[in-house]
Amino acid sequence: MSSNYSYYWKKITNLLMFSLTLIATLCAVVPLVLIFYYTISKGVTYLSPDFFISMPKPVGETGGGMANAIAGTLILIGTGGLIGIPVGIMTGIYLSEFGKNKFGFLVRFLTDVLSGVPSIVVGVVVYTMIVIPMKHFSALAGGIALGILMIPTVTRTTEEMIKLVPHTLREAGLALGIPKWKTTLAIVLRTAWKGIATGVLLGLSRAAGETAPLLFTALGNRFWSTSIGQPIASLTVYIYDYAKSPFEDWNQQAWTAALVLILLISILSLLFRIITRSKYKTN
Amino acid sequence: MSNLKKTESKFFKKIFSSHNIGDLIFEKLTLFFAGSVFLLVVLMGYEMYMGSKLSIDKFGWNFLVNSTWDPVQEIYGALPIIYGTIVSSLLALIISLPLSLGVAIFLAEVAPAWLEKPLSFLVELLAGIPSVIYGLWGIFVLVPWIRNDVEPYLSDKLGFLPLFKGAPYGFGLLAAVLILAVMILPIISSISRDVLKSIPHSQREAALALGATKWQSTLIILKDARSGILGATMLGLGRAIGETMAVTMVIGNRALISPSLFDPSYTLASVIANEFSEATSEMYMSALIQLALVLFVITIVVNSLARLLVWSMNRKWEPAK
Repeated sequence: MSSNYSYYWKKITNLLMFSLTLIATLCAVVPLVLIFYYTISKGVTYLSPDFFISMPKPVGETGGGMANAIAGTLILIGTGGLIGIPVGIMTGIYLSEFGKNKFGFLVRFLTDVLSGVPSIVVGVVVYTMIVIPMKHFSALAGGIALGILMIPTVTRTTEEMIKLVPHTLREAGLALGIPKWKTTLAIVLRTAWKGIATGVLLGLSRAAGETAPLLFTALGNRFWSTSIGQPIASLTVYIYDYAKSPFEDWNQQAWTAALVLILLISILSLLFRIITRSKYKTN
Repeated sequence: MSNLKKTESKFFKKIFSSHNIGDLIFEKLTLFFAGSVFLLVVLMGYEMYMGSKLSIDKFGWNFLVNSTWDPVQEIYGALPIIYGTIVSSLLALIISLPLSLGVAIFLAEVAPAWLEKPLSFLVELLAGIPSVIYGLWGIFVLVPWIRNDVEPYLSDKLGFLPLFKGAPYGFGLLAAVLILAVMILPIISSISRDVLKSIPHSQREAALALGATKWQSTLIILKDARSGILGATMLGLGRAIGETMAVTMVIGNRALISPSLFDPSYTLASVIANEFSEATSEMYMSALIQLALVLFVITIVVNSLARLLVWSMNRKWEPAK
């Protein structure tokens, strides 16, 4: 009798606990749905071609767009990519090909640590390192901050992806008398490039969503600027400023900017997926 | 045997790395970049130390225990700010941890493969939303809801607790905690899921074969995975401590030590985000950089511990694979 009781008790606990995990999962998805719902429904009211091609209106006037912020975000992540991608990939190659020593261990550890450093701290460091000596805010400083933030992501994916390349491929290259550097670049890297591209994309889209490191590096700009030496606008800083502002029209535009930012990030990931899918088909 | 291997590898090293000038250059080039990452982290610490020297010299360790943050009087004490940082992240962790574990268990142990993939994708999507969009949503959706529904309800039912005293502003610790809990959920749950999945299947089979229910076997797996899960939790904590934009936008931004969840607060990251561009005096700037240094050190310690835990976990189960 008592064993029967404990049997049912076990069954009930089993069912109860797993139902709880299901509920937890649903709870996790709820905020996602809510955020997307509000961003789309509130953002879409202002969304028009005009938003992409016209400039912000002066304070007090309604309307206008964010052409400068969209261009600014692209320039900033481009600059960041120019710094973060080469450093990340080369470091990743070092770690996977030559990094089986103490220094490699240290660098691996530091990239992990760097990925946990809050982005605002990177902003402060770039401020003291770049903005103070240059004496003014600039797109370059913002790009460097984003580049630093991209390094850990790119490094880790490069290392992981290169490690996945079968050793026989390297041996085949070396057996043909090809020097190691050529083998690494032309065979190993080429086999792994799809995965590396995913890492690069992840880094770029994270960079596109960063606000904190831009607040006092790239600052922001209400005018059209593509100069690397001048302060530059970005979607995220606009969202921050407009969300805090007392003007209802600006709040509305913040939602639209958020929608555009999400679209931009999605397009980025879609683009990479198409490129990587069509050119090199691996099993 | 191993001796032979050693000489063999030495031989190959000779052939393949030093005899080819291209290889040498390539290796040194990648070493240069790896070294630059190393230098970067060191330089970050050094720059912040130099930048905050003024304030370090003036306040010393008192900076950490002084509870007045008054830029007008040029008195800088970080205690309320550190308090806000720790309280907000710990509370977020308390809310987020059970949920994240539930998600991780559901994804790793319960969900069939066709459901696991899309659900994992959705949870990871949560991690991809920019922080400033969380903040935007916080200002216009979460804060009004808290102000109009949650806080009046809580103060009505539980108002005798100091935790739920005060006027319902909406902006405050409660809003920040809720947003942080959502933001750290994906990182804790996805790493915990990976940790759970890294445990060999034979562990589960052994438990099931002894007549355990699925849940009992899951408990055993959880016990095996505890150091990895602890690591995931600490990574989440590190994320919560450093989270900037969303928190700045909803926490109310006042350096205040108050037991009430309704009151505004401040975190290290949000002080910097909020006041850095208006820091007029050198001392003010220096104090803010010192906050960044404190934040840097805290997150490095937390993250290092977390990484070590996850690593030790992975190493433990690697041979069993």
